[in-house]
Amino acid sequence: MVSGLKWSNQVANETQIMTVSIWRESGDDGRFEEYEVPARENQTVLDVVAYVQQHIDPTLSYRFACRVGMCGSCAMMVNGSPRWTCRTHVSKVVADDQLEVAPLRNLPVIKDLATDMDPFFEKWVAAEAVFHPSKTRHDPMAAITPDDPMRIAASEAIECINCAVCYAACDVVESNPDYFGPAALNRSWSLLNDIRDAGQDVRLAAVGSNGGCHNCHSQQGCVQYCPNELNPTLSIAGLKRETTKALFRRSR
Amino acid sequence: MLDLRLYMLQRLTALIMAPLVIGHIAVMIYAVQDGLTVGEILARTQGSVAWFLFYGSFVVAVSVHGAIGLRVISFEWFGLKGRALQLFSWAIFALLFGLGAKAVYAVTFAGGGL
Repeated sequence: MVSGLKWSNQVANETQIMTVSIWRESGDDGRFEEYEVPARENQTVLDVVAYVQQHIDPTLSYRFACRVGMCGSCAMMVNGSPRWTCRTHVSKVVADDQLEVAPLRNLPVIKDLATDMDPFFEKWVAAEAVFHPSKTRHDPMAAITPDDPMRIAASEAIECINCAVCYAACDVVESNPDYFGPAALNRSWSLLNDIRDAGQDVRLAAVGSNGGCHNCHSQQGCVQYCPNELNPTLSIAGLKRETTKALFRRSR
Repeated sequence: MLDLRLYMLQRLTALIMAPLVIGHIAVMIYAVQDGLTVGEILARTQGSVAWFLFYGSFVVAVSVHGAIGLRVISFEWFGLKGRALQLFSWAIFALLFGLGAKAVYAVTFAGGGL
């Protein structure tokens, strides 16, 4: 924090230069490379990455779309922590005047800062984090009141932007590649609280399977880093509770 | 790694162990009042079906609980998987159960040999 303040004082001058280390990877060859960029008082990590690509090395690959924290495309490791780079100000995360940008943890790298998101989304499907419709367009709409406990539980778990920051923050994902991860299970939990969904039995079976919710150690890395301040650990605890209840229902 | 079945087994064995540990510590404190001796302990436990069931169920619960816990650690930290992981888990279970059962037998039904 102290060095962050020092840094932002220094950059009052527009010509101030800062050094950023960016992970470059192509095929098996990966390493950090240093670039000198203008140290502006008000810029995001994504601004810095974009500057490097637009002014220094056009071969730098990275992913972004909306730039306002809605699309979930631009997550990267910034000084070792997963961040949504479009909403992360450099002054807030710079440490000892150093900025290090790397691809998201726990995902295969395609090139440079762009990761392959397929394993992340394949696990959403595996966790039955998909809607199973129970009605047709000819049926009346389901009446769900705002104070319905299931509606409240679902509301707490929505607003996920699929950025995979939680997935990169999760140590269980790192040590157990089969684990579905916080985002998929969080989505599964919000659907479990949707009375319109007709797939609850298959969902409970899925989240109780080998890669499911019971692998979570409740370390709460996902809660720490979720940019939308969701609580996937709480959702996963809900799944553990409901799978346990279902077990006793079945044995009766 | 941990599916619902193993998760439940680990939680249920924890539920069994908790009151047994409290009972064990309570009796230790109570027994020490008159001085802790081997003779006094064996006088209480030998030939007692109740103490055999008390410590016997504890040994079974510990063996299952510990084997599942070490199974997770050996997978997540040391990358053990598949058949090796199965063998390791069962070996831990057998080791804990074997040592525990030997001790329970010694304090409840083994005659003499102090």
